[in-house]
Amino acid sequence: MIRLEKRPQPSRAFSLATPLLAVLATMVFGGLMFALLGKDPVTSIITIFWQPLFGEFAFYYRPQLLIKGAPLVLIAIGLSLGFKAGIWNIGAEGQYIMGALFGAGVGLAFYPLDSFIVFPLMVMGGAFGGWIWAMIPAMLKVKFGTNEILVSLMLVYVAEQFLASMSLGLMKNPEGFGFPGSRNLQQYESAFNADLIEGSGMHWGVVAALIAVIFAYVLLTKHRLGFAIRVTGEAPRAARFSGVNPTRLVLFCLGTSGLLAGLAGLFEVAGPAGQVTIDFNVGYGFTAIIVAFLGRLHPVGILLAGGLMALTYIGGDIAQSQLGLPAAAIQVFQGMLLFFLLAFDLLTNYRLRFGRTEVA
Amino acid sequence: MDLSAINPILFVAGFLVAATPLIFAAIGELVVEKSGVLNLGVEGMMITGAICGFAVAVETGSPLLGFAAAAAGGALLSLLFAFLTQIALANQVASGLALTLFGLGLSALLGQSYVGVKPPRLGDIDFGPLADIPVIGPAVFTHDIILYLGLALVAATWAVLKFTRAGLVLRAVGESHDAAHALGYHVKRIRTFAIMFGGACAGVGGAYISLIRVPQWTEGMTAGIGWIALALVVFASWKPGRLLLGAYLFGGITQLQLNLQGAGVAIPVEYLAMSPYLITIIVLVILSADKSAAPASLGRTFHASQ
Repeated sequence: MIRLEKRPQPSRAFSLATPLLAVLATMVFGGLMFALLGKDPVTSIITIFWQPLFGEFAFYYRPQLLIKGAPLVLIAIGLSLGFKAGIWNIGAEGQYIMGALFGAGVGLAFYPLDSFIVFPLMVMGGAFGGWIWAMIPAMLKVKFGTNEILVSLMLVYVAEQFLASMSLGLMKNPEGFGFPGSRNLQQYESAFNADLIEGSGMHWGVVAALIAVIFAYVLLTKHRLGFAIRVTGEAPRAARFSGVNPTRLVLFCLGTSGLLAGLAGLFEVAGPAGQVTIDFNVGYGFTAIIVAFLGRLHPVGILLAGGLMALTYIGGDIAQSQLGLPAAAIQVFQGMLLFFLLAFDLLTNYRLRFGRTEVA
Repeated sequence: MDLSAINPILFVAGFLVAATPLIFAAIGELVVEKSGVLNLGVEGMMITGAICGFAVAVETGSPLLGFAAAAAGGALLSLLFAFLTQIALANQVASGLALTLFGLGLSALLGQSYVGVKPPRLGDIDFGPLADIPVIGPAVFTHDIILYLGLALVAATWAVLKFTRAGLVLRAVGESHDAAHALGYHVKRIRTFAIMFGGACAGVGGAYISLIRVPQWTEGMTAGIGWIALALVVFASWKPGRLLLGAYLFGGITQLQLNLQGAGVAIPVEYLAMSPYLITIIVLVILSADKSAAPASLGRTFHASQ
C-alpha cells in the first residue's frame, strides 16, 4: 500500500525537480503519441527540442525563440501574480487582443505622421487596452462578488468578435483592395516595433518581458504588496488579520496581468504580426497559463518556462513541415505538460509512504 | 430589416435545440459541484465528446452509437481530472484548465480527417397525433430522442438529489467532506463517480452540437458553451429546475441573434454574436450577490489525514 503523508512544509528539492520530471514524462508520453501517429518518436523529439537551438538552421530559429517567448513570458508574469493570490485571470487572450487593437488603433490614427512619439503612444494605448479589459472582471468581482474566472473568459469571446469587426470594418486597410486586415504597421516606420539589433528577434517586447521579470521578482521578494500577494495565497485568513486589503489586491493583480497581456498584444501587432487580422491571436493567452504553472509562479522559473514553451511552438512548426506532424499534436503535447506538472506536484506537498496501512 | 421573416414556430423549435447542449453540460456539472468538486474542464470534455461522437457516428452510421461514444469519451477524459484532483490532490482550478487545454488539442488531433464530412442524421421521434397540434406540435414535438432525454435527465437529477439516499450522500459529501468521511462514506469514490457523470453529460452535450445542431465537425466548435454551462450552474443556484429555465434563456438568446443575423438587422454580425457572452456576464453579476446556495466544500481538496 502507498500512503500519502502531508509534509509540514513543501519540499524545496521537489519544487525544483517537478517541472523537470514533468518535461521528461511529457517527452516520453509525447513520444508515444507521435509513435501512434506513425512518426518516429526519437526523431520527433529531437526535431522539436534540438533542431531550433542547435540544428542546421538554428541561426534562423533562435531569433524566433525570443519572438515567441516574449509574449508568453510577459503574459505569464502577470498571470502568476494573481494565481499566487488565488485570483484567476483566465482571459489573458482577450486582454492580449484588446491591447493589440487599442495600440494599433493609436498607430493607425496617426498614419502617416512621421514622429518618434507615435510608438510610445501606441505602447500606452496597448497597455491601456489590456488593463481596461481586465478591469471589467476586476470591478465586477470587487463590487458584486462576480466570479472573475467566468467573466474574464467570456470577455475573450467578446474580444474575438470585436477583433473580427475591427479587421473587417473600422481598421480595414483603405488601400487593401478589399482584403480584410489593417494597414501593415511594419511598413509604417514610426509605428514599427523593429528588431533593436537587426535579425536578432530582440524587439521592444523582449525588453519589456525582461523588465517584467525583474519587476515581479523585486515586487514579490522586497515589496509589501508582494508579501500581501503571497500571504493571501497561502493563508487567506492570516492575510485578513495582517491588514491586507483584498479589494486593492484584486484590482492590482487583474489590472497588472491585463496591462502586461495588452502590452504583449501591442508588441506583437506592431512587430512580428504587423497588422490587425481576424486570426491575429494564436492562443498565447492560454498557453501562458501553462507557462505560469510550469515556472512555478516564480519570475525566473517563468522566464525559463516561456523559453521552453516557445521552443515547442517553433519545434512544432519544424516537425509539421519536415515530418508532417499535425499542428494539434503540439497543442496536446503542451496540455500534457501541464497535466504531468500538476500530478508530480503531489511529491512537493506530500511524502509517499510505502508499507501496510496502520490503524491510527 | 424584415422581422416578419422570423417564424415563431421555427424559432421555438430552434431554441429548444440550441439549449440542449447547455442542458446536458450544465446538469452534469451541477452534480459534480453538488459533490463539492469544481471542474472547469467542461469545455474540454464537451469538445472531446463532440469529436468522439462525430467520429463513431460517421464510422458506424449510427448516431445513437455516436452519442454513447461521446458519453464514454467525456467520462474517460474526466477520469484524468479525477486522478489529478482526487488522487494527486492537485488544485481543482488548475486541473480543470489543464483539462480544457488538453481536450481542445486532443479533439483537433482526433478530428483532422473529419473536417467537411456529413454525419448520419438522427431521426425525429414520431409523436403521432401530438405533432399535429397547431403551433405547439411542430415546435415542440418534432425533435430527436436526445433532446427529450436531456429534459428527462434534469427531472431525474432533481428527483435523485431531493428524494433518494444516494442524492443525500452526494450532497453530504459536497457540504462537508469531513463529516461524510467520519460517517464512513468514501468521499473520493463518490466524487470520482460524480466527476465521471459530469464528463459523460458534457460529452453528450458536445456531440449534440456536432451531430445535430450544426451538424458538422470544425475545430473548437463548442465556442465557449462549456464555460456558459459553468455560469449556468451558478445562475441556477445549483437547482435543476432553475437550470432548465436558464438554459432556455440562453438558448433563446442564441437563436434570436442567429435569426436577427438572418433577417439582416442593421447591427453588425459580430456584435450580435457577442450577445450570448455579454448576457452571461450580466446574469452572473445580477446573481452573484447570493452565494449561500453553493455547496460548502466546493473546490476544497479532501485528504483523510488532515
